[in-house]
Amino acid sequence: MNRELKRVSIVVLAMFAALFLSTTVIQVAQADALRLDPRNTRALYDSYDTERGPILAGGTVIAQSVPTGDQYAFQRQYPQGELYAPVTGYFSPTQGSAGIEQYMNDYLSGTSNTQFLDTINRIVAGQAPKGAAVEVTIDPVVQQAAFDALGDRQGGVVAIEPATGRILAMVSTPTYDPNVLASHDSKAVIDAYKTLESDDLKPLSNRATSGDMNPPGSSFKIIVAAAALASGDYTPESEFPNPVSLQLPGSSSEVFNWTRAACGPGETVTLREAIRQSCNVPMAELAIQLGDDAIREQAEKFGFNSEISVPFPAGKSIYPSKLDDAQTGLTGFGQYEVRATPLQMAMTSAAIGNDGDLMAPTLIDRVTGRNLEVLSSFEPEVMTETLNEESCVALTEMMINSVSDGQSNGARIEGVDVAGKTGTAQNGTGEPYSLWFTGFAPADNPEVAVAVVVENDGNLGHHSSGNIVAAPIAKKVIEAVLNK
Amino acid sequence: MTNTTTPSSTDSFAPDTGVLRTMRKLHLPQKLRNRELALLLFACVINSVAIVLVQLGATGAVDLDLVYLGAGLSALVIGLHVCLRYVAPKADPLLLPTATVLNGLGIAMIYRIDLAKGLVGWSAASTRQITWSAVAIIAAIVVILVIRNYRVLFRYTYVFGALAFVLLLLPLVPGIGREVSGARVWISLGGLGSFQPGEIAKIALAVFFAGYLVRTRDSLSMVGKKFLGIRFPRLRDLGPILVVWALSMLIIVFQHDMGTALLYFGLFTVMLYIATGRLSWILIGFALFGGGAFFAAQTLTYVQGRFQNWLDAFSPQVYDASGGSYQLVQGIFGLAQGGLIGTGLGQGRPQLTPLSQSDYIIASLGEELGLAGLFAILGLYLLFVSRGIRIGFAGQDDFGKLFAIGLAFTVALQVFIMVGGVTRVIPLTGLTTPFLAAGGSSLVANWIIVALLLRVSDSIKTGPASEVSA
Repeated sequence: MNRELKRVSIVVLAMFAALFLSTTVIQVAQADALRLDPRNTRALYDSYDTERGPILAGGTVIAQSVPTGDQYAFQRQYPQGELYAPVTGYFSPTQGSAGIEQYMNDYLSGTSNTQFLDTINRIVAGQAPKGAAVEVTIDPVVQQAAFDALGDRQGGVVAIEPATGRILAMVSTPTYDPNVLASHDSKAVIDAYKTLESDDLKPLSNRATSGDMNPPGSSFKIIVAAAALASGDYTPESEFPNPVSLQLPGSSSEVFNWTRAACGPGETVTLREAIRQSCNVPMAELAIQLGDDAIREQAEKFGFNSEISVPFPAGKSIYPSKLDDAQTGLTGFGQYEVRATPLQMAMTSAAIGNDGDLMAPTLIDRVTGRNLEVLSSFEPEVMTETLNEESCVALTEMMINSVSDGQSNGARIEGVDVAGKTGTAQNGTGEPYSLWFTGFAPADNPEVAVAVVVENDGNLGHHSSGNIVAAPIAKKVIEAVLNK
Repeated sequence: MTNTTTPSSTDSFAPDTGVLRTMRKLHLPQKLRNRELALLLFACVINSVAIVLVQLGATGAVDLDLVYLGAGLSALVIGLHVCLRYVAPKADPLLLPTATVLNGLGIAMIYRIDLAKGLVGWSAASTRQITWSAVAIIAAIVVILVIRNYRVLFRYTYVFGALAFVLLLLPLVPGIGREVSGARVWISLGGLGSFQPGEIAKIALAVFFAGYLVRTRDSLSMVGKKFLGIRFPRLRDLGPILVVWALSMLIIVFQHDMGTALLYFGLFTVMLYIATGRLSWILIGFALFGGGAFFAAQTLTYVQGRFQNWLDAFSPQVYDASGGSYQLVQGIFGLAQGGLIGTGLGQGRPQLTPLSQSDYIIASLGEELGLAGLFAILGLYLLFVSRGIRIGFAGQDDFGKLFAIGLAFTVALQVFIMVGGVTRVIPLTGLTTPFLAAGGSSLVANWIIVALLLRVSDSIKTGPASEVSA
């Protein structure tokens, strides 16, 4: 009988071994995947219980969680919601999130890997779960100045610290109030979201980093000029024929300067003059001479055609592929299918101002845990070496001329060298213009690079231009940085 | 008494050699009982701490009422321990503390879910569970006091067989039988709630199987033809296993209770194998039950559903279906949430899983105590079962051996069926997780099993402290 007993004991042992194994598989091997299952409401309820970390901008609280009595335990609040909406995004316990709220959720909710030890300590110490604080690079003064300067126009502003890539301002108008999307009333959130989404002015789109892309127009000329200087075959004094109009090769289209006249009195015109007066004809000639590959290569060094995250993904700015000469000519002054975001144009200016080194742009300064320990901190990082120093100096000089004594004078500031370039881009016959300015200041040692886009003619009709509308906005942003 | 004023060390022992002899005789059992007491006190401390942790985790404050109730239960198990000192001094010292911890952890978790659901008083499952625990421990005390020699059970083999049969059929009797979530395994006790007679039936069956097999095993094991090296029984000796098989199938068809059927049939097959030493019984058993289960899965929709929930739990159709895998998947989510170390008592959300106090109690415990806690609980079960099997090894007579093995194996099989069902080792069926799950009948039955195992272990001459070679 004992022989059989031994065998039965082995069977019993095997039964228990199966249970040890099955519990291990579920609780360890598959646990992470099971927690991510959308049907798993526990993870969701956990997120309610956590006091989500705040988002701070230079000591100003721009998002915070305050205790409530309801089932979600905490209410997310945005004290200056409309001003910071493009940065924070929103967080709804039931209807999703956007912006920093979405892309820094691991830290804010306290579930990132770096907070694992903290979680253990918390369980041992019996403390309530609390997420980490995210400090953004936004300067509240600059942000407010950009917001005020844009006013009720439709557009976006990005300001970057050229030496580091820290984003000092990110404004998009018209904006929205993230507080309405953070409500605990799911129906109210869904209704508000639908209203915002169906709004023709598209308040939910971030015009600073994506939105409906605008052609950069003449502001793109600095990139064409950069490509020319980088080739080593051109200098600011290189001369181009100066007709009133240019018949594009293989096409019936003609290119005119914005004045509908020649670019100055001479038979020929220098690159410097073309930039200063923002002439289209010589830039089209230059673009065709350079070829689309050279321009595309330079544009991609500045960040065109690639995904950029800050940490949420920005829209991809585009320099199109496979162009014929006529199309290449149009891209010489930022038309045809060239598209750019203010972030992209600010990065371009920042790189030129930083001796060609393009710093990776970011919104995140630091992440700190519950005891103010730093969980993650920002390190400046060179993204690309875009242009040699010599070319940067030459290009900067041309951009200074453009502001001090040229078509970009709307950004002129007394006693400060501002390097910049405007753009007034066409969106097709009868469509309103996209108005641009991008530049940096002080030119010799820039503290800020800025890009402004104003859509829909800046509400002024076709008499508007980048210089009338966008340049003064950029000026106010630059002043806000320099006056501090 | 001349030297009371100046006692000498030699004199004081001299007159009472009878006491010394008794003490020597009692020396080993006392050591066993002292060990049991120490472990028992430790078990009571664990249980009290668990309840306090639940309160702190879930409400942040300590409510002493429940601690007092727990202390009452502690007093009862210590009462049982005291009884053992008198009527079963050589009984196994680990069974009682193990059962106590499991019972206490179950109460703590049931209480924890009551807190989450805001249930208090008699509507709270924990209150009823504590009451039933008291009833169950008293039942165990009565069994240990009344049955001084388990061999009397052998005498009433067929009475227990008939009793088991009646208990099993009771829920089918109109008027007293009740159906709960599809299974007709309950009888109504009027105002006292309901009772699952099948739980008590399993003990009666263990007695019956052990007695019957000891009586008939010669004919079941000696005769028959050899085929492929295995001796198969004669057709007419197949009778008993066919009867138990038919009973199991009836339970599946009429009571919708696959788990109980599997438990009874598994119990009988294993006892049959141990009694006869013939592997063929196991093969026949597997074939019969496998065939029956396969047939049931083809024809009975509820069995079909169980299999589908098991194999394809995460597919959206099965998950959303009525009677689908929703419960099972919620339980697994709970386990996953617990991870390695658990959320901590009172800090998870086990109440999100339906039946979190009964069928899914192991998922609830896994959520708050983590894999570490589940390993400890499974370890306790393994310890309990291994003590039972040990009693089987060391038993003095075949009836005792077979009976002890049967009792231990029901616990092991029940744990496997329930924990295996919740963790998708096998299809989930509605049994109770011994000692842990909310339910009075199960508690009473399992505490009676504790008492019976204690009783059998007490009769082992050599004593459980010294190894008996198998």
